[in-house]
Amino acid sequence: MAEIFTIALIWSTIRLSTPLILAALGGLFSERSGVINIALEGMMLAGAFTAAAVTYAAGNPNGGLPLSMTGAAPFIGLAAGMAAGALIAAIHALACIRYKADQVVTGTAINILMLGLPAFLSGAFFLSSGSTPQIPRGQLIPRLPMIIAFALVPITWYVLYKTPFGLRLRSVGENPEAADAAGVPVARMRYAGVLLSGVLAGIGGAYLSIGQSSLFTRNMTSGRGFIALAALIFGKWRPFQTLLACLLFGFTEAISIQMQGVVKLPSGEDIPVQFIQMVPYVLTIIVLAGFIGSSRPPQALGIPYQKER
Amino acid sequence: MKLLRELLFPLIAVVAAFIVGGILILIIGDNPLEAYRLLFGSAFSWPVGIGYTLFYATPLIFTGLAVLVAFRCGLLNIGAEGQLYIAAFATAWVGITFANLSPWLLIPMCFMAAVVGGGVWGAIPGILKARFGSHEVINTIMLNFLAVALLSYFTQYHYKAPGDPIMQTVPIGPGAHVARLGKFIPGLPQFIPLNLAFVLALICCALVYVFLWRTKWGYELRATGTNPSAAEYGGISVRKQIVIAMTISGALAGMVGINEVLGYRYRYYDGFSDNYGFTGIAVALLGRNHPVGVIISALLFAVLQRGGIPVDAFTQHVTKDIVQVLQGTIILFVAAEAFFRGPFAKWGLLRRSKV
Repeated sequence: MAEIFTIALIWSTIRLSTPLILAALGGLFSERSGVINIALEGMMLAGAFTAAAVTYAAGNPNGGLPLSMTGAAPFIGLAAGMAAGALIAAIHALACIRYKADQVVTGTAINILMLGLPAFLSGAFFLSSGSTPQIPRGQLIPRLPMIIAFALVPITWYVLYKTPFGLRLRSVGENPEAADAAGVPVARMRYAGVLLSGVLAGIGGAYLSIGQSSLFTRNMTSGRGFIALAALIFGKWRPFQTLLACLLFGFTEAISIQMQGVVKLPSGEDIPVQFIQMVPYVLTIIVLAGFIGSSRPPQALGIPYQKER
Repeated sequence: MKLLRELLFPLIAVVAAFIVGGILILIIGDNPLEAYRLLFGSAFSWPVGIGYTLFYATPLIFTGLAVLVAFRCGLLNIGAEGQLYIAAFATAWVGITFANLSPWLLIPMCFMAAVVGGGVWGAIPGILKARFGSHEVINTIMLNFLAVALLSYFTQYHYKAPGDPIMQTVPIGPGAHVARLGKFIPGLPQFIPLNLAFVLALICCALVYVFLWRTKWGYELRATGTNPSAAEYGGISVRKQIVIAMTISGALAGMVGINEVLGYRYRYYDGFSDNYGFTGIAVALLGRNHPVGVIISALLFAVLQRGGIPVDAFTQHVTKDIVQVLQGTIILFVAAEAFFRGPFAKWGLLRRSKV
């Protein structure tokens, strides 16, 4: 048993937690402002695809950036991934805030849309069956998103609890009527929250395609947006608790990878990875039911705000 | 006039989504009209096109109804995906375990397994909401993943034929097979998997209609959805209604298992669902949460799903992913209906609503 608890496991936990932290912090900004964000998955996919496609295009020796500048390709890719996440978030925000659409339905629509759109564009631009071409090793950024993710946790905490912006954001998520009466622009704060979530989820997605691996593949997030959402709830919509939840869920993923073929049951069989995969889901259901302390969502979460006329 | 208005927004949403899709197809350098001709062209030929379209529509009618029933009670069931997986496995389990029973016994047992399996998996988030107040959306998302992991475990470790490289169970007994409609309809070849589950789906539409609009229980369920506090005041137990609605919803989603396992593959196939549960949300929304609307929109989405194959094969760049793009866009436009209400009010076609 001991041989699997190694530095490698810790390292792999950190790597696997990174996209979760980014997306979960994104979700935090959106949900703290009162807008449910189950579209994190779709926003991550947008970021993953765009980052890979742009990095590839910019770094391509024929027709990309000038040769001396191809090193900048992944940074342009990352920026593009953030922009793509924000663009998808803007659709979510517009539908939910301006047109008062159901936030869960809109989120679901975006997830379905983004299951198709990146693959559709990959197929068309790269004549593939839904993935982008391989990006050369030198043009990947395996570290930067990781640093951003961990640095963002205290920053998020500071912004949320120590700045006027954070106070306003939380107030429109808890009691938009009171916030409005106090002169806080409710809609604008919510737009900010949702757009930030898109940017952060976009980085999370970009990390998957140009950090952890070297191309975009169809549905490459495979549910990480939802795990991030689970971590956000498990972390009770607070930055540091959310970080811990992401680390826990990243750890379960890391251990299920490490254990394959190493640790055996007394009967000599492999421990089924499926049971480890279930951990985040079961924990979220339990914590949401209030068995491990209460996890209370922002008061106005999911309710469109209608100004009194 | 009311009917016309009910039809207007779904229609606009669909047309708008096709315009967006058309622009995307133009951007990547293909001809949208040609792509759409392929998308719709193959769906209406007799017997193959129509047979497959109706086959694809069957699970969508079930999941559409599932979402509808929950929605009428004010709940959003995005767990139909997990519920139909559990149900499909349950029905396959009965079909495998009791393979030698007479069809007269085995078929009803398999049906029960699907309904109960889906119902139980739907009841869990219902109970969690009623008892602890935890949000059904999050719980159904989690239960979807839980179902997939659980069933992948059972398939891999307990019900797969030894050495089978495909993640599927051993076949169910022949006594559990549900007849294909080709058996009854002359000219419809039996290789088309359209089966009696389609008829069951239509019956369920009628039953859901009668239940919701012609019985006391349905009234209580809808009253809960319209105004929970008024319902509670009127002596209806909101908590009970939540559990009932989610159970019925899960059971309806579960019937996808009948179509898939008993009528088509004759075994449980890991990951068989082509997002039926999520498409069910689109089906219910576009169908205005009415059983008749569900049938119509299930047919539309079935046509798209079927049409994705020739689009993939015969256009230069367009892949079948366009189907999901259209689906997502349709839901977006249906959800954000106010987007269209503005201009329509401006042109005097509709009176601007109060809200």
